[in-house]
Amino acid sequence: MKSTKFSPMTQEQIDKKWWEIGNYFRRNSLWMLMYCTGCCAIELPPAMTSAYDMERLGMGPMATPRQADVLLVTGYLSLKTLRRLIYTYEQMSEPKYVVGFGSCTINGGIYHDSHAVINKLDQYIPVDVYVAGCMPNTEAVMNGFTDLMGMIKNKTARGWLDYKERNDWYKKNQLDSLGEVLVHDEFHE
Amino acid sequence: MVVNILVGLGVALFGFVLQTAMGGINRKIVARVQKRIGPKWYQEFIDIFKLFSKRSVSHGWIFDFGVIMALGGIIATAMFMPVTANIIAFEGYDNFFIFVYLLAVGMLGMAMSASGSGNPLASIGVMRALTTMLAYEVPFMIVVMTIIKLTGGTSSVSEIAAFQQIAGNNWFIIALPLGGIVAIISLMGMLGKKPFETYIAPAEIASGPMVEYGGKQLGMLFVMHEITVFIEVSLFIHLFLGGAATLGVYLLKYFLVYTALNLISSVYARFKIDQVVVFFYKWPLFMAVTQAIIAIYLGWVI
Repeated sequence: MKSTKFSPMTQEQIDKKWWEIGNYFRRNSLWMLMYCTGCCAIELPPAMTSAYDMERLGMGPMATPRQADVLLVTGYLSLKTLRRLIYTYEQMSEPKYVVGFGSCTINGGIYHDSHAVINKLDQYIPVDVYVAGCMPNTEAVMNGFTDLMGMIKNKTARGWLDYKERNDWYKKNQLDSLGEVLVHDEFHE
Repeated sequence: MVVNILVGLGVALFGFVLQTAMGGINRKIVARVQKRIGPKWYQEFIDIFKLFSKRSVSHGWIFDFGVIMALGGIIATAMFMPVTANIIAFEGYDNFFIFVYLLAVGMLGMAMSASGSGNPLASIGVMRALTTMLAYEVPFMIVVMTIIKLTGGTSSVSEIAAFQQIAGNNWFIIALPLGGIVAIISLMGMLGKKPFETYIAPAEIASGPMVEYGGKQLGMLFVMHEITVFIEVSLFIHLFLGGAATLGVYLLKYFLVYTALNLISSVYARFKIDQVVVFFYKWPLFMAVTQAIIAIYLGWVI
């Protein structure tokens, strides 16, 4: 006969359960921070307004990095903006996710031979979802967001953990390309 | 005494659940106005629980303490709020001035915490919030003083509500039509709805006082905001719409008031801060003073 005695869960199992409950809330309420550097940003207004209406997925724009969950990098990044992007990413509260838009964040796109533009974004910050295309369709953008929600459900959106585990590797890449990550302007003194 | 406190906490919890659900429903209604589908009706609950599930940074103990003070102050205010004629935690202590003073505790806690973050945008937001408060409170207080004079000197919120339910007395929004308009405009200022949204202004000062909040502190501020909206809309219902005899009537009035304000808000753009102050000190103040004179000295009450 099978024992009906209550077997207490270990601390790891309890944490796992809580994390799964948290994942339900996190994937149904993704607040975006739009880092609109390039032309892919023009795909966001139709995704937000009545044509595709991302608010029905619980997504919405937020004003500051502290409040946001998803960082949208929409297009190419020059060396100057990459410094600001790293600052912004490190200010976001965990768990945090990154979506890269367009071919510019994947391999440089049409700027692949420019001296002032980085080619592969995921060498500098961890990217969870790429939306390919130059420029991507709005359908592709929405598909990327639903992919990210599925990844959070399957616990494969681990970019922010990767940034902690391999922080040395990311920092080394950042320093190799930028010289120094520190920003010198009137806002960061 | 213990029972009273438990009932009071229950009223605060009821206010939180009610306003969070109403907020979600209203997001859906505003989405339909804009030809969108809109989020689920329980989206605001998901947002708040998500914020509590996130990790957050601190900017010093003033930053953390101010958030707790704001939430505690607002819960303490909500404990005195009568919901219907029967559901009231502290009989005889539901004075209008208690709400005015205790609401300020929550607001000051938020102001202290936002300033403690050291962000200049937060300071601008707090300054604007306090300036807006200064602007809408003068006409609103004149109208409420008129009501207190008309009801024979009682400032108890539930007694003012009961006064309007006596046969022969109209609701004050009908009895004092000019004052009713002033109260609606002031309520929009209190809730930070669109023409008076100056102190949030996401595109201009990056959501003002909330600029440095993330994760759990932001979640607590959201809970505080929901309970604040509950207090302010309930005050309007009791002072101007004749209170509520039963819970169903209360829910109906609450839904109508909050939805109407949201619909007005969804077609307006944002004022600048000097426009807010000039607006409140021009027409609402003029209307409130006119209403006070014709109601008290001439005795023209419908």
